Amino acid sequence: MKPSTRKRLSRGVLYAIFVLAVVAVVLVADGEAIRTNFLDLDVAAETFPGLITIAAKNTVVYTVIAFAGGLLLGLVLALMKLSPVGPYRWAATAYIELFRGLPALLVIFGFAFAVPIAFEWRPPGGSTGAGLIGLIIVSAAYIAETIRAGIEAVPKGQVEAARSLGMRPSWTMVSVVLPQAFRIVTPPLTNELVIIIKDTSLLFIAGMALGDRELTTFARDAVSSQANATPLVMAALMYLVITLPLTQLVAKLERHNKRGR
Amino acid sequence: MAQPIPAATPAIEVRGLHKSFGDNEVLKGIDFHVDQGEVVCVIGPSGSGKSTLLRCVNRLEEPTSGTIIVEGLDITDKDTDLDGVRTRIGMVFQQFNLFPHLNVTRNLTLAQMRAKKRNKAEATEVAERNLAKVGLAEKADAFPAQLSGGQQQRVAIARALSMDPDMMLFDEPTSALDPELVGDVLDVMKQLAKDGMTMMVVTHEMSFAREVGDRVVFMDGGVVVEQGKPEDVLGNPQHERTKLFLSKVL
Ligand SMILES: Nc1ncnc2c1ncn2[C@@H]1O[C@H](COP(=O)(O)OP(=O)(O)OP(=O)(O)O)[C@@H](O)[C@H]1O
Ligand SMILES: [Mg+2]
Repeated sequence: MKPSTRKRLSRGVLYAIFVLAVVAVVLVADGEAIRTNFLDLDVAAETFPGLITIAAKNTVVYTVIAFAGGLLLGLVLALMKLSPVGPYRWAATAYIELFRGLPALLVIFGFAFAVPIAFEWRPPGGSTGAGLIGLIIVSAAYIAETIRAGIEAVPKGQVEAARSLGMRPSWTMVSVVLPQAFRIVTPPLTNELVIIIKDTSLLFIAGMALGDRELTTFARDAVSSQANATPLVMAALMYLVITLPLTQLVAKLERHNKRGR
Repeated sequence: MAQPIPAATPAIEVRGLHKSFGDNEVLKGIDFHVDQGEVVCVIGPSGSGKSTLLRCVNRLEEPTSGTIIVEGLDITDKDTDLDGVRTRIGMVFQQFNLFPHLNVTRNLTLAQMRAKKRNKAEATEVAERNLAKVGLAEKADAFPAQLSGGQQQRVAIARALSMDPDMMLFDEPTSALDPELVGDVLDVMKQLAKDGMTMMVVTHEMSFAREVGDRVVFMDGGVVVEQGKPEDVLGNPQHERTKLFLSKVL
């Protein structure tokens, strides 16, 4: 057999297996049951308004808060970890190792209870607000490592050029190193953002008022109240509606930034 | 502003400079000076410590021991305002080191505004003037990545000049360039020398050293082996090591 023939043949076999697998799944699955349980239009119509005005909105708001907070705290931790002052470095390392080693759910749960008790302070937003602090704390640990790697990836010559022009270390960091570092870490930071979008579904553990529910919690409640799983499918679609444009946007941003590299 | 520096004061004076990286002693007691308005070319084999010496002069490298005096100011003294001194010493790197995220004008204005506290209009004017000087006025809005190596190096020179330095340090400014782009950069440096700029140039361009240099310093193994007028050091070297080096590069 000629190599080209063999290659065509093996391609054909791969396609055939794929088609067979799809057909098998469709045949085995109970189409009618799926339609009534997961794709019920009446249930969908019932769920839709709240899914948008409450659930999707809250997911976005929580994501923005957690990402902004995580970014800020993560930046501080990254700078601490690169600090010449030992105790700053050790504290940052301990923080990062601790919170990357714990399940996010546990941290959110812990902070939702510990913060009001330890500081006699009720964060705005009630228990969800307290839960968000936990989410920020966890995200910051990951984001800190990402930013640190970005800062270290900026060529040493950049710092030397800025310093040789008489710029102070702080200005060098702010106007030369960080802008380049953030460009380098845009893709991994997008990953963090997408992870946070999904991790907002863990906030329920803090206990949620009805109006505070995000997509997953809202959908779970709708599933039990309507005895139908359609809201789950809708919530899933909403997550994709949020994440897909975001990843596209970042890809576009990155192409744009290539100009400056 | 600092008061004028007496003409007799050397721009750069290095005394008994030692520098080690771990166990590796790279500079083994360097005595060296550059007078005001003088162009000194430093030559020598790879690894002889030329870059290290140059980088010690604005303390990008920390000397292990010895004194470095810039315009009468001991910069190895802990209390010296190092950032202030650095604004008076322009530095040009082999790899250009332009800021890739900023356009050419912003590359030239950033340190002026941050370290010299010039306002934007003033800084931009200075930038335009220096861009014109290196023949790149039309590239003001370009990003570094859009420029050839030779253009990038000229922008880097203009960036250093925009701080109105009293002296310029060059570390093999043409070594990373394609041969056909070397001339443009050397022309800019020749013009600078003609305008009376104090310059310390580490270079492998022997023709530049011969033509533009007031003095040539030959370094080998972390010491200054021989120095003098270019025609003497390059044309009639006294030391074996200098002869050996020159026989390889000329
Ligand atoms: N940051 C550093 N850490 C450790 N060793 C270094 C460092 N910088 C330079 N060296 C060593 O110091 C020696 C002298 O280096 P230097 O760059 O000053 O030489 P050079 O004369 O400029 O050589 P070249 O012509 O190749 O640029 C070399 O052996 C080099 O390995
Ligand atoms: Mg060198």
